[in-house]
Amino acid sequence: MSAISIPMADAVRTPALPDAPRAEGARPPLALWIESLSVSFDGFKALDDVTLTFEKGELRCLIGPNGAGKTTLMDCITGKTRPDSGAVYLENRDTDLTRLSEVRIAQLGIGRKFQRPTVFEGHTVYENCELALAGKKGVFRTLFARLTAAERARIDEVLELIGLRDAAKRQAGLLAHGQKQWLEIGMLLAQSPTVLLVDEPIAGMTHAETERTAELLTGLAGTHTVVVVEHDMEFVRSIARRVTVLHQGKVLADGPMAQIQKDPRVIEVYLGD
Amino acid sequence: MDRLRQMHSTRAWSLLAAAALLIAVVVPLVAPDYLVPLLGKFLCFGIAALAMDLVWGYAGILSLGHALFFALGGYGMGMYLMRSIAGEGVYRSELPDFMVFLDWHRLPWYWHGFQSFPFAAVMSLAAPGLLALVFGWFMFRSRIRGVYLSIVTQALTYAATLLFFQNATGFGGNNGLTDFKRILGAPLREPGTRRALYAASAIALVGAYLLCRFIVTSRFGRVVRAVRDAELKSRFCGYDSTHYKLFVWTLSAVLCALAGALYVPQVGIINPSEMQPSNSIEMAIWVAVGGRGTLLGAVLGAWIVNGGKSWLTAAIPAAWLYALGALFVAVTLFLPEGLVGLGARLKSKLIARRAGQVPVAPPSVDPPASAP
Repeated sequence: MSAISIPMADAVRTPALPDAPRAEGARPPLALWIESLSVSFDGFKALDDVTLTFEKGELRCLIGPNGAGKTTLMDCITGKTRPDSGAVYLENRDTDLTRLSEVRIAQLGIGRKFQRPTVFEGHTVYENCELALAGKKGVFRTLFARLTAAERARIDEVLELIGLRDAAKRQAGLLAHGQKQWLEIGMLLAQSPTVLLVDEPIAGMTHAETERTAELLTGLAGTHTVVVVEHDMEFVRSIARRVTVLHQGKVLADGPMAQIQKDPRVIEVYLGD
Repeated sequence: MDRLRQMHSTRAWSLLAAAALLIAVVVPLVAPDYLVPLLGKFLCFGIAALAMDLVWGYAGILSLGHALFFALGGYGMGMYLMRSIAGEGVYRSELPDFMVFLDWHRLPWYWHGFQSFPFAAVMSLAAPGLLALVFGWFMFRSRIRGVYLSIVTQALTYAATLLFFQNATGFGGNNGLTDFKRILGAPLREPGTRRALYAASAIALVGAYLLCRFIVTSRFGRVVRAVRDAELKSRFCGYDSTHYKLFVWTLSAVLCALAGALYVPQVGIINPSEMQPSNSIEMAIWVAVGGRGTLLGAVLGAWIVNGGKSWLTAAIPAAWLYALGALFVAVTLFLPEGLVGLGARLKSKLIARRAGQVPVAPPSVDPPASAP
């Protein structure tokens, strides 16, 4: 519940993580731990021994040119693609996510927003949020499920936050592109996962919509761990505290935005060839 | 109470109650004797259409194997009808006539117990249900969907047809099971028994409709539609789409088997031609004609198509298959949402026209009317 009850303005003011490296013991607990992940498709190495850690509550941007492995990395974390080797751990659990089904992973607390806005187009906006709600998702549960007062309040809260309260009864397929993107983010909020993977959230958005999305995402960080894949460097600059650059399936650079921008290797990858 | 209101508005509930009263009470009291078995047959097709709509209209699974479940339900009931009159057949044997004819001396193991009505009733539903569960589990786990699923299910029912055609399978070969005499002690030729069977079918149809309606208006129903529209997304929302599809598929098969079990005593015969792929396709046409994902539309579609069939096969027998094919093409091309969709479209057009005419039309329409 606490996830979205934080007022937006406060969340934006949340201080950025200190840039200076800290002592090992002082590190905040990890939300996600990726250990030497490798995937190849017909000999092409989409991910090559990638090791990454995500701290609890951080907002991290994942950038890199086309084919760098960003989407493959998300696919591996969410169970859509099975890696050839390596492991993914959520929080302090011992279970390796790469052995689980995408359904189980989603239930454990990883939410994903797709590159193309994916909502249930035949359902209303309200129903979309209802379906996304956290809770038991078995066949017999949903047959007799009733929305509790708390759940209703939660949906209302989410709809308010994504600005779709008046459109609650509208069919999701009839929403404008930007609204669909928000609805999808709203569904993630209703799902209230530990880690949110957000793939290109501002594709096709107007400037005003982009700003609102930046606000939404920064507001989520702190209570959730948010990983954003994005091409738009200006957007990345506006939200990111820490950036990871992938290139040809490997981690090329990792650090605060200011430092990444000056990194000659990053500049070469983005501006060279 | 809340849940009932989610299923239907008060007005729809009263209409539904009136319709149920009409088909379950009034019709069996007033319909002429010769019409009762025909109407009873239509009710059974209505149940099968509901089953088909549940799995195709709501879950997007176009099964072309539902005739198999229908026929298996029918065979279960047929086995009871055969066994309950042991010793009264043409050969006065304890065994069903066709077994004597094949020179069998012992009842096959899978025929045991069917002399008991409760056992046969349970088996009529449980055996097709179990088959659907196992077959569906492999099918959905392998992520077979769309056209491939249709082909696989059609292959299943085709294989079963071939199997049941063989005498050695033990279900009467191509003649199937027939020469039934009594059900629960009541002679099947008696008009009273026929009316009772009709009424039982009517009650089953209403019950099946209410069950389907309960399901599609529940959150479960919304999840199933979500799986149909965006399966991957539903999985990322934490719903195991395989379980949902399996549940709907199996339930649908059981409903279809119920329809078959009620059908057989009313038509007096069950043979492998009932499970031919073409019968499954006909079921899909009923639903397409009425309107997918509407339940009542599916029932209506089954009645209209079968009404047409009864009339046309009597009037111009050779024309029926062409008419059916043409109907399917026409519905696919011009009525993708079926008759119910057409009705809804006409209604909204009418409302729009009425609304549109108010501000524009009055000057030209009103003067003559208001002149005197």
